Amino acid sequence: MPTVAMKVNGANVVHDIPDNTLLVSFLRETMGLTGTHVGCDTSQCGACIVHVNGESIKSCSILAAQLDGADVTTIEGIANGDELHPMQQAFHENHGLQCGFCTPGMVMSAIELVEKNKNLSEREIREGLEGNICRCTGYHNIVKSVQDAATRMGG
Amino acid sequence: MPEGIASQGIGASVRRKEDRRFLIGKGKYTDDINRAGQLHVYFLRSPVAFADIVSIDKERAEKASGVIAILTGEDVAADNLGGPICGWAPTNKDGSAPSEPPHPILANGRVRYVGDHVAAVFAETLEEATSAAELIDVVYSEMPAITDLKTAMDQPQIHDGMEQNTYFDWELGNEAAVNDAFDRAETIVNVHIRNNRVIPNAMEPRAAVAEYDKGDARYTLFTTSQNPQLTRLVIGAFMLNIPESKLRVVAPDVGGGFGSKIYVYPEEAVCVWASKKLGRAIKWTADRTQAFLGDAHGRDHISEVKLALDKNKKIIGLRVDTLANLGAYLSAFAMVTPTYLHGTLLSGVYDIPAIYTNVKGICTNTVNVDAYRGAGRPEATYLLERTMDVAAKQVGMDPAEFRRLNFIPKDAFPYQTALALQYDVGDYEPLLDRAMAMIDYKNFESRRAKSAKDGKCRGIGISTYIEACGIAPSAVVGALGGRVGLYESAIVRVEPTGTISVLTGTHSHGQGHDTTFAQLVCDKLGVDIEAVEIVHGDSDRTAFGMGTYGSRSLAVGGTAISKALDKVIAKGKIIAAHMLEADDADIEFKDGKFTVAGTDREKSFGEIALSAYVPHNFPHDRLEPGLEETAFYDPANFTYPAGTHIAEVEIDPSTGVVELVDWVCCDDFGNLINPMVVEGQVHGGIAQGVGQALYEEAAYDDNGQLLSASYMDYCMPRADNFPSLKVQNLVTACTHNDLGVKGCGEAGAIASPPALINAVVNALSPLGVTDITMPATPEKVWRAIQDAQTKAAE
Amino acid sequence: MYSTKYVKARDIDDAVKALKSADDGKFLAGGMTLIPTLKQRLANPDCLVDLSACGLSSIDDEGSAIRIGAMTRHVDVAESALVQKAIPALTHLAAHIGDRQVRNRGTIGGSLANNDPAACYPAALLALGGTVHTQSRSIAAEDYFDGMFETALEEDEIIHAVSLPKPEKAAYVKFPNPASRYAMVGVFVAKFADGVRVAVTGAGEDGVFRAHDLEAALNANFSADAIADGMVSSDGLMSDIHASADYRAHLIGEMTRRAVNACT
Repeated sequence: MPTVAMKVNGANVVHDIPDNTLLVSFLRETMGLTGTHVGCDTSQCGACIVHVNGESIKSCSILAAQLDGADVTTIEGIANGDELHPMQQAFHENHGLQCGFCTPGMVMSAIELVEKNKNLSEREIREGLEGNICRCTGYHNIVKSVQDAATRMGG
Repeated sequence: MPEGIASQGIGASVRRKEDRRFLIGKGKYTDDINRAGQLHVYFLRSPVAFADIVSIDKERAEKASGVIAILTGEDVAADNLGGPICGWAPTNKDGSAPSEPPHPILANGRVRYVGDHVAAVFAETLEEATSAAELIDVVYSEMPAITDLKTAMDQPQIHDGMEQNTYFDWELGNEAAVNDAFDRAETIVNVHIRNNRVIPNAMEPRAAVAEYDKGDARYTLFTTSQNPQLTRLVIGAFMLNIPESKLRVVAPDVGGGFGSKIYVYPEEAVCVWASKKLGRAIKWTADRTQAFLGDAHGRDHISEVKLALDKNKKIIGLRVDTLANLGAYLSAFAMVTPTYLHGTLLSGVYDIPAIYTNVKGICTNTVNVDAYRGAGRPEATYLLERTMDVAAKQVGMDPAEFRRLNFIPKDAFPYQTALALQYDVGDYEPLLDRAMAMIDYKNFESRRAKSAKDGKCRGIGISTYIEACGIAPSAVVGALGGRVGLYESAIVRVEPTGTISVLTGTHSHGQGHDTTFAQLVCDKLGVDIEAVEIVHGDSDRTAFGMGTYGSRSLAVGGTAISKALDKVIAKGKIIAAHMLEADDADIEFKDGKFTVAGTDREKSFGEIALSAYVPHNFPHDRLEPGLEETAFYDPANFTYPAGTHIAEVEIDPSTGVVELVDWVCCDDFGNLINPMVVEGQVHGGIAQGVGQALYEEAAYDDNGQLLSASYMDYCMPRADNFPSLKVQNLVTACTHNDLGVKGCGEAGAIASPPALINAVVNALSPLGVTDITMPATPEKVWRAIQDAQTKAAE
Repeated sequence: MYSTKYVKARDIDDAVKALKSADDGKFLAGGMTLIPTLKQRLANPDCLVDLSACGLSSIDDEGSAIRIGAMTRHVDVAESALVQKAIPALTHLAAHIGDRQVRNRGTIGGSLANNDPAACYPAALLALGGTVHTQSRSIAAEDYFDGMFETALEEDEIIHAVSLPKPEKAAYVKFPNPASRYAMVGVFVAKFADGVRVAVTGAGEDGVFRAHDLEAALNANFSADAIADGMVSSDGLMSDIHASADYRAHLIGEMTRRAVNACT
């Protein structure tokens, strides 16, 4: 069983895990970080998106062992204490979530999208969320949330 | 009322209280729950659609690493367990009862669809259970799969004792009057309708965690349910023979339902059963493939529609004959969905004097079909609104004006339809007018011409819908074969410090009840929203209730809360009268204060709450301590939301790709509690309807294999499939509930498919295309254009 | 997922050694296809040899061609100024593979080694007449693809890099499968001094292929008008619930016209 050391939400963690452990299983089961969700088995729904070294990836499609030494951030790690991240705040203000299941992946995906380009058009936001499926919102308020967050994040 | 409170009451777009936990990753879904020493169960599913099970050899699997037990249909039969039941049974047109074949929770001797449960493998880890399942050797004796709805009645019986593979043959309306209308008709319109089969796809796959406590002989089930109280009733009383009081069912945060989490499924019952049998907690979580194969699907109707018009282009008669594919087994609402939720709605928003419908519920070798967002009402709306467009074209009228001509006039309410329902209130023309103004209907032709210059075909499509919501009056339901009442419960518990817990029998899985129900409390009691906690989903805490579906939670559950709040205020007045030494009748309650009328003598709500629990000098002969009230509300009628949705599309004829370019709607949901939440519900409903109309299809092959069994092949709408959606409201208040509300959860999904298909056909009509079936995929659209051009050339 | 052993190779030699010592090992690049395949239990390798530490991520200008290291991610190709200048069609292609999360992990080498019949990169390699470099040899695009999910690579052969000649102009147009968003038809048109090459992905029963009839038409007249309706036969094209062979044949013609118009 390999030992995997990584930084998760700013804390150094070291665990012995089976080789075939997916990152999402490592986060949910080993670390107890159940905010990251699994909504499909073909790497399409995006409910499992986290940041690895600042980039968004699908944690269902990578082994934890591949990320030895990496810096991982999950939905639990983006708020500043009690103060929500601007993206979280924007989703709240704009009713960008309903059942909440796709929300963590949606927020993590959107943060990277906005960090790369704060002057996104509506079309660019819609295309940029291609890797995230939501069944509740019709995406309308998610798009509004991302537009609002882009402003909050300095766009 | 203080401004801060007013901004939290009825009509305010209060930001949702439940958001925070979801946004910081602290939602608590069933799969997030683990129990010490839990086993994982993996269900071995049938790879074939229709077969007798010759043998199951589980010896090798039982010896595999980590395996604790493997249970099969023989074990189920030995323990004499029941299966999921049907909650509502319509009567056949000959007066006989419908056919309700048994549904064993693990297949017993025969499998009837790909995905049917053959064995449950329990192991220390899910990987071990999954690996062991591969070692089970099942020998099947296959029979030809029956998947075609049109020919299923002529095939061998899927269940012994059934006839023509038909669960029921139901009718409603006056056939003689309809025949007479057709005899008199100036114009007869015939339309063939196919309502495609879709898969609900809540983003959270179903899951269950069950444990048995030997100490108090009590089970606990955590499950992904829209109605945990009904789950408890069905599993306890009908499946596992457990006294209800010995089974606690908790539906924690649930990641979307859309109908698919109403029903009790075999998996959760197996978990409960095995938790005692094996003496370990049991956990099951579906992956998406299992969700595709095992969750109840939706829609899947074929209808023949005949509409009779008189010389003034007024509708005088309607006949609809429908075949509804219900799959291999019946689930809770399977039979009511195509009958009472579908057949009764065929009058739509139109004044139709004579209507007759016949619906046959058909058994096939596919997974069961049941209510999916809208449940029967989208099917009714789709066939009627498509027919209205075809009829308008046939008589040479603008589709908007043809609809307007046939609307039930606003002075005709209450309006008795030809199909049992009585609409209490409505005003349909302003909804149509507003939506037409929103999309600039009158200038559409110039937009069409502009698109044509770019080589695109532009089309516009209208849907003027109605739905019967606020399900449902128990007396009506009972008379129509419903086996439960459809009232709702509420307990309002005022705590000594003045905080308030509201316990509701409904369940929120995205609808925002934590917020909107709290707004009712703020409005009535004048307390801050932070002092209100909405409790739902735990059978140990809430009173018996019916759960959330059928756009019922606010109209029925909210009204129950309102009534319980009234009782709290009434008792508060008696307490205040006692404290203020006044007559009960002289106490007024306003803005959170109990006042002696015409004086400045008053007690705050908080003082009354505290006093209720410190009753040192209460006159106990007329005043009990405590401040907690329960109400059960049984509605007097359904509610009838209505509205107009208009879609505009642009089609690239060289590929057949349909682009949705504009969407407007104006709905009448009665009074709004939280407009922001309402708008969100409409957005989501529209998206699901757009999905059905353009992208989604559960496709089975002739062998009963589901071809669209993953997101690689089942097309879920994404953000880039939509434009911004323009949503507005007008209000006629419901006349028979305290809040004047009607419900909004299903409207979008009911209204939208015909608007889209009408728009697609409108776009292609200059090319000679007259119909397109859902989903309007690129190839289908391209082919329709090719066929029309070939025909035109001939 | 079945149990397996994970090895992160230090370099190519180490990777080959690790694979040879396994019974049924597999190289792991970005893992965007392999990991989902393993999750579905569709493969059961006893060892996964991770190539990410082998130093194969690079983009270099070789004059008449660009050379891209096998472990270069789609996002790196999409954001490369060098690629944008040399072959803008490739920038466009890379920027539209999968979704952002896939582009943050998936690699050009992984895509080519896997040779999914609906993947985008095979069309680029074939249309550009590129070369696949491994530790032991260089393989011309024409000799590289060998049917769906099959290539000329030996079991322990690792792609180091890919050379892609710079065309006069080129374009890639994809008609995505609405569900999976892989190419249902993807057409890469590349115009060189010595002629036009057209490669089609997503449509062929044997994977990516060159459309010689279309090439001939475009060699005669490099214009969208040169592509007539019915020029593409449906023989050998895939048929599934999303698109019949006929419709794919039509789309190949239509996407080719669009690619010609988009050529830069």
